[in-house]
Amino acid sequence: MSRYTPATAEDRRRMLEYIGVGSIDDLYSGIPAGVRQKDLPDIPKALSEPEVIRDLRELAGANRNIDDLPCFLGAGIYDHFIPAAVDSIISRGEFTTCYTPYQPEVSQGTLQAIFQYQTMVCELTGMEVSNASMYDGASATAEAAVLAASATKRKKILWGRNVNPQTKEVLRTYCWSRGLEHGEVPAAGGTIDREALDGALSAGDAAALVVQSPSFFGTVEDIKALAEKVHGAGALLIVVTDLLALGTLEAPGALGADIVAGDGQTVGNPASFGGPAFGFIAVNKPLMRKMPGRICGQTVDSRGRRAFVLTLQAREQHIRREKATSNICSNQNLCIVAASVYLSLLGPQGLAEVGGQIMAKTEYALGRLEKSGKFRRAFPGVPCFREAVLLSERPVKELNRRLLDAGIIGGYSLEPLYPELENGWLLAVTENRTKQEIDRLVAVAGGDA
Amino acid sequence: MAKIPQDLRYTKDHEWIRMEDGVGVVGITDYAQHAMGDVVYVEFPEKGRKVRAGEDFAVVESVKGANDVFSPVSGTVLEVNDTLEESPELLNQDAYANWLVRLEVADPGELDSLLDHAAYAALLEELEAENG
Amino acid sequence: MTRRMETVFEASRPGRKGYALPELDVPAVDCRTALGKACRGKPPRLPEMAEVDVVRHFTRLSKLNYSVDEGFYPLGSCTMKYNPKVNEVAARMPGFARLHPLQPEETAQGAMKLLFDLGAMLAEITGMDAVTLQPAAGAHGEQTGLMLIKAWHESRGDAKRTKVIVPDSAHGTNPASAAVTGFETVEVASDDEGMVDLGSLEAILDDTVAALMLTNPNTLGIFEKHILELTEAVHRAGGLVYYDGANLNAIMGKARPGDMGFDVLHLNLHKTFGTPHGGGGPGAGPVGVKAELEPFLPSPVVVHKGGRYTFTGKDERPRSIGRVRSFYGNFGVLVKAYAYIRALGPEGLKEASEMSVLNANYLAKKLGGLYPLAHKGHCMHEFVLNGGPLKHETGVSTLDVAKAVIEAGFHPPTIYFPLIVPEALMVEPTETESVETLDRFADAMEEIVAKARSEGPEAFRGLPTTTPISRPDETTAARNPILRWQFGE
Repeated sequence: MSRYTPATAEDRRRMLEYIGVGSIDDLYSGIPAGVRQKDLPDIPKALSEPEVIRDLRELAGANRNIDDLPCFLGAGIYDHFIPAAVDSIISRGEFTTCYTPYQPEVSQGTLQAIFQYQTMVCELTGMEVSNASMYDGASATAEAAVLAASATKRKKILWGRNVNPQTKEVLRTYCWSRGLEHGEVPAAGGTIDREALDGALSAGDAAALVVQSPSFFGTVEDIKALAEKVHGAGALLIVVTDLLALGTLEAPGALGADIVAGDGQTVGNPASFGGPAFGFIAVNKPLMRKMPGRICGQTVDSRGRRAFVLTLQAREQHIRREKATSNICSNQNLCIVAASVYLSLLGPQGLAEVGGQIMAKTEYALGRLEKSGKFRRAFPGVPCFREAVLLSERPVKELNRRLLDAGIIGGYSLEPLYPELENGWLLAVTENRTKQEIDRLVAVAGGDA
Repeated sequence: MAKIPQDLRYTKDHEWIRMEDGVGVVGITDYAQHAMGDVVYVEFPEKGRKVRAGEDFAVVESVKGANDVFSPVSGTVLEVNDTLEESPELLNQDAYANWLVRLEVADPGELDSLLDHAAYAALLEELEAENG
Repeated sequence: MTRRMETVFEASRPGRKGYALPELDVPAVDCRTALGKACRGKPPRLPEMAEVDVVRHFTRLSKLNYSVDEGFYPLGSCTMKYNPKVNEVAARMPGFARLHPLQPEETAQGAMKLLFDLGAMLAEITGMDAVTLQPAAGAHGEQTGLMLIKAWHESRGDAKRTKVIVPDSAHGTNPASAAVTGFETVEVASDDEGMVDLGSLEAILDDTVAALMLTNPNTLGIFEKHILELTEAVHRAGGLVYYDGANLNAIMGKARPGDMGFDVLHLNLHKTFGTPHGGGGPGAGPVGVKAELEPFLPSPVVVHKGGRYTFTGKDERPRSIGRVRSFYGNFGVLVKAYAYIRALGPEGLKEASEMSVLNANYLAKKLGGLYPLAHKGHCMHEFVLNGGPLKHETGVSTLDVAKAVIEAGFHPPTIYFPLIVPEALMVEPTETESVETLDRFADAMEEIVAKARSEGPEAFRGLPTTTPISRPDETTAARNPILRWQFGE
């Protein structure tokens, strides 16, 4: 008998007797004989709790993690510091083991946490409305594209070449499945090529341009200028960004973005081999009712007290069925609770300080690596945040191998996907990297050995 | 018992239409608003949109759900009732005074195929019998 | 606790902070110098709070929730079983939680083995040939599964298959997922036991049908008697059959969707495989397929060759539908599901299903005296009560009953679903509840029904009274949406 089922043999006997059947198999008599199955021969036998822990420790131990290897790899997932209080809060069973808050009277904790999260996203993005989260940044961007197509009644999605390649892959998949067209706008000097953009927009058939800032290359785009061009062509501007960066970078909403989407791993969620974290999406009021996903709203209860409920549900799958704005049900709720604890601990000052340290350490690392003579900046003079592209003298594969041998995880190799960036090395420097670690990186990467 | 004015034409889907100076004024019936419960939002078609008879062209949302509104006749949307954007609850107060859409009617002949007061009253009686 | 629950924005005091960073050990850089005009002007109005106040705020918030850790949560179709704590420990091991998804494969072999083995175990449990772990949730899995179906038909040059058939008893996600993958939904009526009628199905099967989507056991908790005939009929017409894994908890080790003729399925690891729901995620929605559809699975796929695990490169899978999410899925959730399956083993999984069915039948019999049951005979892991007669007799609606269940200290069942049963209450006790818990719930339901009969709806109007809030005004919330904190309120 498994430790997760309380019924004793006597309980079972009594229950079967009450139901009036001789055995549990009698309850399965509705399954046609042709599909009845005995056992699961290839599932390994049950383990006690100590054995489960041993098995998982063994698997975990077969990995080398970023506590042991200073990580200069980003490309979508970043090693930021997470205060201990975050995990302490999201470990609470009251947050972990409840369902989507359909019964507001017994879900005010989750609902208020969502409401607060929505407010924080609005503040950071400069937008009017946020939903309660999406699966991840890539799928949030794809849903944003679908939203833009529906709002503009146009069928073409454009994106910059410097958008995260995985995001582009998800965009392609969603576009194919929804019958949308797409096109890529080249980058020049690390940011979207304005002339090429003019060309792409001139047909007047684009629903939206997806621009990422900080881009996949770490470069910061001129959102305002892009917004003017895009709006001039009757399209919407989707800005893909990152909540941590928005403590330092201007809010896209203040620069003309129509939809802001992105990934929230950076605020309070561990790397965890790429998930779970969460995606976010925020819009202004005109697009509010077209937004996918859950939304929490403030109201009062029958005694006039402040209360929170899921609202605008008529957009959603359980009511609108095939006419819903999206099929999303569950999102990544616990991850946004983590984000809101993180953002409450840091506050505006903390987020700015983290951003300041990132800029200082990035600049320090880039300067030192340049000085070694083995690297040069791919896009000199273009502002970047947390990540930058260096062009290495020697092949990146060899470089990263050397670093790994020295116990360091090197940057992302760009050349396979961006052949125009020969020996391109995308280096991420978060506030978690110390001067000592950077110096060691420089010694190994910039050394002659 | 839901109100059923004498001078309107009705659909089986609980829309009404009235001709005013050659323009079709369309709304939802008292029975419909009652069945939906508290109306919270109305999504209107764009002006200038051409619709066919029976095509869904607006959505009335209540807390319980979202209800498609089907055009009683073919035509072109001339005007939508903006007042309902701010105050959707007016639909609950008086579903006949608060129209949704004004239509340029393509073929006035289509009106003849709609239910008159008596036929719609009979339909409602049938529905009420079914729902006990 | 009657004190008004503040928001973090009300609790904020300028100058407070709940963090400390190490002193900057490299030269500082001015934001304007580094970023120019891209530097943020107005700071975001995030809360400013000391750590202790943040912790107290969220701890108090958590106490406003009802959870599985607190008590019985018989929410039909959601499988709110107990979530073992060791799974949480596993997912938090630094060797998992502190892995970068793009770090060299040689440094992540343990994680990759876990992905590979979990996929293989899920394939074995469901009778499918291959599994992708990338989808982040059940609906995401559905969407992915339908994309695979679309890609499969396209690959055969069969472009006219634009329809997906869904029973009228289906979960709203099914038609929504069909729509988001560009399919048109056609409903097929189900009989009074929620079963699809073979004749009605055959009448709408033609060469425009891409797939039939089914949940089995169905939403009334009944196993489709004619499942083999149904899947055969769809295959004969050139379509595929999709299995919505929402109800797999009834049949692990007893029957496999793969053996019933299903071609594609999704699972909800947060339902069947013991990972917590988190108040609405993160979940995981792996998708399993038969061999014929394997080439279309999202990239990358983990491959085990020569004693090493590798992720396939993009060009290695030219027929793949592409990515549906970044990286490899909700990895932390996958670790928990892996730990769950390893803890239970083949016997434990079967026992979980058997006990879920025994508990459901026991409770159904207890409640069957109060309400008409929507099924005849035995149910599987859940059952549906028809609240129509009680409402007709007493004026007390299913919503009223749900609020009274809250008052009695339980989470209510799923209400008003499936749509084919009036005033429905859908009850799923799961295997992790003791008979005493089931008895207590049955007693509470009996008292509620007695109260409905003796006192009528008036007695329910103010319920619940013991919760942090009473019934909220959802109409005002939807008419004048306030979706963020109003500063200066």
